Amino acid sequence: MIEVRIHGRGGQGNVVAAYLLASAAIIEGLFAQAFPAFGAERRGAPVTAFVRVAGQAVRRRCQVRQPDFLIIQDEALLHVPGVTEGVRAGGGILVNSAQGSAELSAVSGRDVISLPATALANQFLGRPVPNTALLAAFLTLMELLPLEALVKALGQRFKGEVLENNVRLIQAAATGVTPGLWRRSETRDAASA
Amino acid sequence: MLQALEGSQAIALAVALCRPQVVAAYPITPQTHIVEGLARLIADGKLQCELVSVESEFSAASVALGAVVAGSRAYTASASQGILLMSEVLYNIAGLRVPLVMTCANRAVSAPLSIWNDQQDSMAVRDAGWIQLYCADNQEAVDTTVQAYRIAERTELPVMVCVDGFTLTHTLEPLEIPSRDQVDAFLPPFHFARALDPLHPISSGTLVSPEYYTEARHAHHQALLRAKDEIVTADNDWAVLTGRASGGLLEVDGPDDARVAILTLGSVFGTLLDAREEYPQLGPVKLIKLRAFRPFPVEALQQVCVGLSDVIVLERALSPGSGGIVGAEVRAALAELSAAPRVHNFAVGLGGRDVPLDIYPRLLAAIQSAFPVRFAILDVELDKLPAEDR
Repeated sequence: MIEVRIHGRGGQGNVVAAYLLASAAIIEGLFAQAFPAFGAERRGAPVTAFVRVAGQAVRRRCQVRQPDFLIIQDEALLHVPGVTEGVRAGGGILVNSAQGSAELSAVSGRDVISLPATALANQFLGRPVPNTALLAAFLTLMELLPLEALVKALGQRFKGEVLENNVRLIQAAATGVTPGLWRRSETRDAASA
Repeated sequence: MLQALEGSQAIALAVALCRPQVVAAYPITPQTHIVEGLARLIADGKLQCELVSVESEFSAASVALGAVVAGSRAYTASASQGILLMSEVLYNIAGLRVPLVMTCANRAVSAPLSIWNDQQDSMAVRDAGWIQLYCADNQEAVDTTVQAYRIAERTELPVMVCVDGFTLTHTLEPLEIPSRDQVDAFLPPFHFARALDPLHPISSGTLVSPEYYTEARHAHHQALLRAKDEIVTADNDWAVLTGRASGGLLEVDGPDDARVAILTLGSVFGTLLDAREEYPQLGPVKLIKLRAFRPFPVEALQQVCVGLSDVIVLERALSPGSGGIVGAEVRAALAELSAAPRVHNFAVGLGGRDVPLDIYPRLLAAIQSAFPVRFAILDVELDKLPAEDR
């Protein structure tokens, strides 16, 4: 089982990101679960969402305390206590940031991968919603699911111009990271375990 | 085919498949997405149904009551303060023997204000005379919703389908939505024998003198006790049709030689299933999923607890000044056994407090005491309280 925690702020589409990731896994024939842990329901407030992907039905419903991977939609959250807590050894942290990975890793004191997701979203969607770009980068790093699965998941939720722009966005975002960097030989097996 | 669906969306689809003619509800977190889903289906022309916007939960329940009494299949949903506000009407619906189905998206009750999950709301109306079925996952929420209509309409008792707020309502997972043919085969069109008809006028719910009120209460109690058979039959028939059962009155999972059992209602069950696998060194443990809380399955519970040394009752509510609600009923039921197991009772997951896997070893350690734990709230962090409140 692979466990992912997504941190962001209200309005950045955290819950949608979690739902899309789980939906993409389900479309690929895996089992998955996604759920939010809302704080205050307002724009700007820190929001956390959780995703589990596995080869069999996910039964536990507790929050993810020791994630394999973190997706952080607002780099300022990287410095909020607790956000990076519990990440498993061998895991990865993907951060939405205009800074490069090396620079951000040096500043934050953690080994992170960065993607300028807000800038990409502004470019392709005309809106600063970083969630789908980050998902595309995450899937590319992981090589757990094809990008096509995310396209299908987007297709279940959006249509028309919004869908088309998001598809172009995720294709561009996928080129912003090294494919398979987070691929672990056991990735598929881990999901199946 | 498994579809990726949020619990609320899936419940809305299940309700729609039951062809309700009237839906009346007032939005309250975490119930809102269910009714939004139904509103969308109606707006898109996929469900022929009258959606009545009301100004409160009191009115939502009242409209639903009136709709059923006029002969329509109806639906409502609420949570927390909404359940409390409609509680007067809930008693009326039950006393009038109106076969309504509603979802309770279980949420803590104010004050202090909490939007998160526990089961204090449905527990607060446990004596209203409704059938209450608790769902362990979203597939059960879907299947139980369909079953609820048949149970309600055959018993002429209302059914409350209790679904943990957020933990289930806002969780997306792969779900099987039954086909229209399956639901139509399972659930015949609604015909209410006591529907109000101006050509054949009757009175309902009128003033009853002391000569008859006792008998009305007796009849209601008996109807709930008899409903156990319908609950089991509905689940069995559904399993034949779809291959999926939700556990009838209750379900036991675990090895026959286990001497310890943990009983839960709702979504904690899955977490405990995983926890048991995570801690195999702690020995064999049975897990009991109590699906029907009203009617309370005394006999079925006694049957599965024969031979046990300890039963741990976990619940997400309490009766302040007394202790556990479910725990007290389990203890009373098992006291009749010749070698009654010790009953330990804990409240967990109040107001959305996470229930992690490591609750399992902690529970099994807590019952090693000389005396059973009559009642305790787990995970109280006393240092958060002023000294006089500890």
